[in-house]
Amino acid sequence: MSTAPTHPPKTVRGLLGKKLGMTQVWDDNNKVVPVTVIDASTNVVTQVRSADKDGYTAIQLGFGEIKSSKVTKPMAGQFERAGVTPRKHLLEIRSADAESYAAGQELGADTFSPGDVIDVTGTSKGKGFAGVMKRHGFHGVSASHGSHRNHRKPGSIGGCATPGRVFPGMRMAGRMGKDTITTQNLTVHSVDAEKGLILVKGAVPGPRGTLVVLRSAAKSKGAEA
Amino acid sequence: MQTLDAVDAASKRSDIPEFRPGDTLKVHVKVIEGTRSRVQVFQGVVIRRQGSGVRETFTVRKVSFGVGVERTFPVHSPVIDKLEVVTRGDVRRAKLYYLRDLRGKAAKIKERRDTPVGR
Repeated sequence: MSTAPTHPPKTVRGLLGKKLGMTQVWDDNNKVVPVTVIDASTNVVTQVRSADKDGYTAIQLGFGEIKSSKVTKPMAGQFERAGVTPRKHLLEIRSADAESYAAGQELGADTFSPGDVIDVTGTSKGKGFAGVMKRHGFHGVSASHGSHRNHRKPGSIGGCATPGRVFPGMRMAGRMGKDTITTQNLTVHSVDAEKGLILVKGAVPGPRGTLVVLRSAAKSKGAEA
Repeated sequence: MQTLDAVDAASKRSDIPEFRPGDTLKVHVKVIEGTRSRVQVFQGVVIRRQGSGVRETFTVRKVSFGVGVERTFPVHSPVIDKLEVVTRGDVRRAKLYYLRDLRGKAAKIKERRDTPVGR
């Protein structure tokens, strides 16, 4: 994080949230919209990074309640300086307008408004040790025509004496899922600032009850025009 | 109590009468033509009710000019202006797909009585 950005940082709004699950709602045209409900209450600015002091501008967000007895002494000191109760998760969001925020400031779900285009980052569901068909979409081997006990195998993974090795990056079976995934350009359907809920159109990575990061879209196109 | 019940409660309708498969319904459907909106009635027999909560749907079947027409609506859809139960049917299945193979009088459903006699 010490290197200076190669391009000027954008103005980014961000929130942390908990994925509650999916449901459906109706829009103004009486069409069904599949939505993911995200609980984005208890967001607070714990620190502001400034160009003078830190060399970059960002806000540090805290989210999720945690008992003060669970917090280490150094962390407790950080929260105390910001004047907030301890939070479970901390994350920095780099934004050009970071200095317009103040430590201790609470951010509600109304940071985003309906129609906004956002990117949502989460940790995808873990699939365990998965074979090549599931993990990489290989076609496997024929079900019949003399195939014997090799229906889900990858087949050949390379040549023989030349090159005499398996090329790096060869797709094979292994641990699948539990990766950090960002779904880009999702639309905010509606916001319930009172309950701290954000309804995002479409699916969001990860199982229910896990942490997700909502950010202004990095590559928004069309939707704002 | 599910996590999202509170969210779903906002889209749920309370003015939907109780009805079952076998019942004959008049579904008043809001139709938008250009800028005008009017109400169209779709009358037929409920052949299935599926799903639960805000996702629940039902299918109404009618025979129009000798052609069977089936329409599926979400129970809580705002497209439905009004729902009227015309008759209540006495059926022994939850899914009345067998009606698709029947014509005329054979496809008629007996009316359900409030107090079953001789049971």
